Amino acid sequence: MDTLNLLLDGFGNALTPTNLLYAVLGVVIGTFVGVLPGIGPAMALALLLPITFGLEPTQSLIMFAGIYYGAMYGGSTTSILLNTPGESASVMTALEGNKMAKRGRAAQALATAAIGSFIAGTIGTLLVAFFAPIIADIAVEIGAPSYFAIMLLSLVLVTSVLGSSKLRGFVGLFIGLTIGLVGLDLSTGQARLTLGITQLVDGVDIVVVAVGLFAVGEATWIAAHLRRAPLDIIPVGQPFLSRDDLRRSWRPWLRGTAIGFPFGALPAGGSETPTFLSYVTEKKLAKHDEFGHGAIEGVAGPEAANNASAAGMFVPLLALGLPVTATASILLAAMNTYGIVPGPSLLTDEPELVWTLLASLLLGNALLLVVNLPLAPLWAKLLQIPRPQLYAGILFFATLGAYAVDQNPFDIGLLLAFGAVGFAVRRFGIPMLPLILGVIIGPLMEVKMREALDISNGAVSGLFNEALALVVYAIVALAIVVPLLLDLRRRSRTAPSEPTDEREEATR
Amino acid sequence: MSAAGKDDVRPGHPVDRAQYVLAAVLLVVGVYTIVDARGLTVGFGDPIGPRVFPYAVGAGMVVLSVVLAVATARGDVAEAEGGEDVDLTAPADWLTVAKLVGVLVLAMLLVNLLGWAITGAALFAGCAWALGSRTPVRDVVVGAVLSVGSWYFFYVVLDVPLPPAILDGIL
Repeated sequence: MDTLNLLLDGFGNALTPTNLLYAVLGVVIGTFVGVLPGIGPAMALALLLPITFGLEPTQSLIMFAGIYYGAMYGGSTTSILLNTPGESASVMTALEGNKMAKRGRAAQALATAAIGSFIAGTIGTLLVAFFAPIIADIAVEIGAPSYFAIMLLSLVLVTSVLGSSKLRGFVGLFIGLTIGLVGLDLSTGQARLTLGITQLVDGVDIVVVAVGLFAVGEATWIAAHLRRAPLDIIPVGQPFLSRDDLRRSWRPWLRGTAIGFPFGALPAGGSETPTFLSYVTEKKLAKHDEFGHGAIEGVAGPEAANNASAAGMFVPLLALGLPVTATASILLAAMNTYGIVPGPSLLTDEPELVWTLLASLLLGNALLLVVNLPLAPLWAKLLQIPRPQLYAGILFFATLGAYAVDQNPFDIGLLLAFGAVGFAVRRFGIPMLPLILGVIIGPLMEVKMREALDISNGAVSGLFNEALALVVYAIVALAIVVPLLLDLRRRSRTAPSEPTDEREEATR
Repeated sequence: MSAAGKDDVRPGHPVDRAQYVLAAVLLVVGVYTIVDARGLTVGFGDPIGPRVFPYAVGAGMVVLSVVLAVATARGDVAEAEGGEDVDLTAPADWLTVAKLVGVLVLAMLLVNLLGWAITGAALFAGCAWALGSRTPVRDVVVGAVLSVGSWYFFYVVLDVPLPPAILDGIL
């Protein structure tokens, strides 16, 4: 009941005319940017970070919430109307969604995706409002050793469980950790890894890192491989669902939500696993023999799972200060620029901010439905923007974002450097998620590690003297060993005839 | 790591040589991280100090670079990232990339001199040209609208004045 009252207070704050305007603005801009091919939610957030600079913390978070859900929905529009999804979370949606579109049911695919996203996002956000305070209450008691262990767990899970190649996952993680080291050591004030460049002493701005990796890396990578033949774009009418479509969609929506939320809330990160699980579930339960030819269940389920896990990630972000997805790490960076440090004490220190944020997430979700269903045909037109101008525009806004932070041309050079890293990462198939989490979580981890070891006066036992830490380490060990064993078993079964490239298990 | 086994080397399947370069770069970065950390002083009464974490990161990087080199030698091939506008069947178009980098470097050098409004417009038109646009006049107009528009957006809405440079007094 208490939660409900706080949430209602949050609505009271979010529903001022100004805040409502920012929410609408966020949803529209987010969808606009998210629909553009080549731009996923993380890149949209990174590119749009600078436009919230002048706003108050609350308003900028409200706008961000809108951008976040807008960009997510925009991404699924792209994958339904074009067959090749840009981000891994939309792969499953594209499978059936594009087939539906080809059979002339694009409007129904977009409608079931939009309504499914709305339902999953709403239930997911309500669950966040319910769980985050509980977890924060517990988390206040957690000491540095356990914190360190939990961060390690989240990095290991993201690196070794997700993605197709563990080696490349770890390479990405360590590149990220190295980037995170650049700058002053907080407790002794000594410069690390600055190569003698004074501008690097303050560390690298996360906006520059994210925009370089996502936007410049992506634009240059696409420039090197630009598809010269135009893609087929399927025309859309007004999205609607018939009674029969609705009957077939509502169960997948709810199942998708149930599958998606826990995956987002646990420090396992990513929406690949839940969307995949939801797709497989729907396929198994389907009565119609339509899967593979555009079954509406195959769009409804994964879309709901995707959005529910996107909402779930707010639990570790708000309650523990731990980002588990690329988008969460950019949200964390945005909060840090306002001096807000998410973590167990955030809910007690800044309750107004948190509850307003949660309320505006719910609001943004509802606005999404209102704005996007009627505007879908318009969004579809965006897919026809000529590619040279599209990617020139991305580079324009990337440069503006990097430059506007400090108005220092050096940052444009830095942007290019991270663009080069982003290009290399795409060329070598290194996953982005462990890299960006390494940049963000690395420094947090070092702080907790040194805190724990300071208390124990340097004895390594200082990292193990909490029961929770031990439990988490056990899970870390399992997370490393179990996939390896499964790998070995699979290999001994299929070897030696088949070359066991890691690609086979790939979903990316 | 789960590198491919020895018997997986397929004859006629070329080794991904660029991956050796990546491994070498990672090795240099790892070693540099360790060397850099050695130069830090550990304060009196500080049991851990600023060295331990970079040591761990650098050491991990060195190990990974070796594993990557071994995996490459055994025929491990990178799976490049696809996407809506990506066509991986054609060879990489390095000329376009070089042009884009050139445009961005120019923007970096000129932005303080010419200000954002002019540089931004040139940046947009330049990138569009590099990417194969055949409508230079329209690109310059669109670029000018974007850059002047963003200048005013930052100035009026966000209260962040970007340097006007030579357009001081006009904007």
